[in-house]
Amino acid sequence: MSINIKLASDQFSPTPLAEISNGQIAVEANQLNVYYGNFLAVKDVNLKIETKKITAMIGPSGCGKSTVIRAFNRMNDLVPIARTEGEVLFHGQNIYAEGVDPVEVRKRVGMVFQKPNPFPKSIYENIAWGARINGFKGKKSDMDDLVVESLKDSALWNEVHDKLQQSGLSLSGGQQQRLCIARAIAVKPDIILMDEPCSALDPISTLKIEELMRDLSKLYTIIIVTHNMQQAARVSDYTAFFTLDENRAGYLMEYGQTNQIFMNPKEKVTEDYITGRFG
Amino acid sequence: MSLQENQSQFQSDLNARHRRGKIWHITFIVSTVIAIIALVVLLVTIIEDSFGYAAITYKIPPSEIAPAGTPLESMLCEELIPILEENVSPNRYRQLQNEKPFTEWSQQECYEIVVYEVGGPKAEETWSLSYSLRYANELKTYVKQKYPEGDLIFKQWLNLDFITQPQSKDPLIAGIRTAILGSLYIIAIVIIVAFPIGIAAAIYLEEYASQNRIHRIIQTNINNLAGVPSIIYGMLGLAFFVRYLEPITSGYIFGYSSETTANGRTILAAGLTLALLILPVVIINSQEAIKAVPNSLREASYGMGATKWQTVWNHVLPNALSGILTGTILAVSRAFGETAPLIVVGASTFVTFNPDSIFSKFTTIPIQIYQWTARPQDAYKNIAAAAIIVLLLILLTLNAAAIFLRNRYSRRLQ
Repeated sequence: MSINIKLASDQFSPTPLAEISNGQIAVEANQLNVYYGNFLAVKDVNLKIETKKITAMIGPSGCGKSTVIRAFNRMNDLVPIARTEGEVLFHGQNIYAEGVDPVEVRKRVGMVFQKPNPFPKSIYENIAWGARINGFKGKKSDMDDLVVESLKDSALWNEVHDKLQQSGLSLSGGQQQRLCIARAIAVKPDIILMDEPCSALDPISTLKIEELMRDLSKLYTIIIVTHNMQQAARVSDYTAFFTLDENRAGYLMEYGQTNQIFMNPKEKVTEDYITGRFG
Repeated sequence: MSLQENQSQFQSDLNARHRRGKIWHITFIVSTVIAIIALVVLLVTIIEDSFGYAAITYKIPPSEIAPAGTPLESMLCEELIPILEENVSPNRYRQLQNEKPFTEWSQQECYEIVVYEVGGPKAEETWSLSYSLRYANELKTYVKQKYPEGDLIFKQWLNLDFITQPQSKDPLIAGIRTAILGSLYIIAIVIIVAFPIGIAAAIYLEEYASQNRIHRIIQTNINNLAGVPSIIYGMLGLAFFVRYLEPITSGYIFGYSSETTANGRTILAAGLTLALLILPVVIINSQEAIKAVPNSLREASYGMGATKWQTVWNHVLPNALSGILTGTILAVSRAFGETAPLIVVGASTFVTFNPDSIFSKFTTIPIQIYQWTARPQDAYKNIAAAAIIVLLLILLTLNAAAIFLRNRYSRRLQ
């Protein structure tokens, strides 16, 4: 079969496919089940996410990909009726084990949301706040450095360097989303989760975020949920395809290197979804 | 059905839809106009009674107080004081001197005090502002006939003296100072007590409490408490704050003793009762404001590794604050105008001295208004109207100040 999608490897990484894997696992889901009340939303997910790679999660609406990504930093804890079973191993440690503080998990696994949600504070404060609450004890100049560095890393510095004291809400949608990314990396996480980060943005802003993600993947492990298959194909190294069973419980259908999933899917359902025959 | 028929059907339907919309539009305008008319009528009635002619009679008319021939107005203080000493009881004379040494009195003050103390004026009849303006001449002849010795005076019942003078049995010199101070003291206690407790409870219920049966029961109860008649809170205040907690509310546990014992019927007891009264409203309003903070903000905060408290303190509260304040301002305004619970708690109706602490006896502006409107004499109706204007002005000032603070604060956040 042939599909007309440019692959990440064509665009960004000249490395042969076989050498993509570095063998290091950042986070691993073992028999992950998430319930909302009595409803089983996600069942039996087994997934290993490699460090400093971009892993995309795709699949039809309601297949639980957002639930899975939110299980990686215990955001589901905030939903009163949500219940998680199974393990999520972060550097070998189960983050759902007794005695693990979700606050610490979320500090090490940052998140960027679907809708840009900067704090109604200044651009500077948006970034400084995260460091401060996590016990930043440096001088004012150290904080300034951190803010500048985070803004540079998130490719926002050139656009905002002269208006750091303006409200984060005064920026455009794409800039706001990059501010959210800057805010997330200022806390120095290991992993950045992105839950449909571009779905509220125009194509140019989307492109900027995608380029940024490629840059960030040199330093961070990135997991992205997306509805946009071209996006998954463009930016990701690995792709996980989720789908629904007859009880509307989401499960992992197929997982592999992005070129393989898009060029040569093992499962018929994956192929149908990717070629647009369903979903 | 052909397309043509469809089209005409659609047209007539569309016209009907527009007509229906128009009817509602007019209904809304009419409702607004009715509300505005009601407000205007209220204000006009109050202002009508606050100014107008009054027929004053004297025991000794001012023209006869002075030794024959001299007009009283032109006499100096040194001449007026002996007249005063001659005509009032020694007790009263000493009392007046104690209030303010005679040497410090201006000529105008001397004149007024002599007219009042010696002349013994009495307001026989009063007329409203519009009546006074329209029938001024008729009133003059009427008063001349009915009270040959009396005067027709255009009286501003609302004046500076009215605000600065203490309560008195005589409506001509009665003031509202003690009531204003009582009201302000009580409102201060209400704000200090109800504001933090209400917001804290709202934060707990919205951000911390798990959504279970007990939570629902508590929530229902708070909603119901907001609808309980205020007099019931008065009974509660009487039983609990005045009687049971008397050692605290009367202050003697803190070594406070007053020459006028209040037996727990103090500013503190009244303030706590009113705080209790508005607490459910403060909680509900604060809950609504907290609910209105977008969840995406909470997620953003948690997502960066913030604890629950950091999220609440840094994001939820600042963003809910303007809503919380709006609700609280309304609740405090309600407390400011409350009368019934304070009567039950034991507001004194006649307080001529300033409250000097939270353990003092008290009266409030609404209590004064209530007392004055219950009197049969004409003049009380007028000072009640003047007191209502004072009450409205203070409310307006407090609200304006609170709204100003709120807007300044929320602008800083944006």
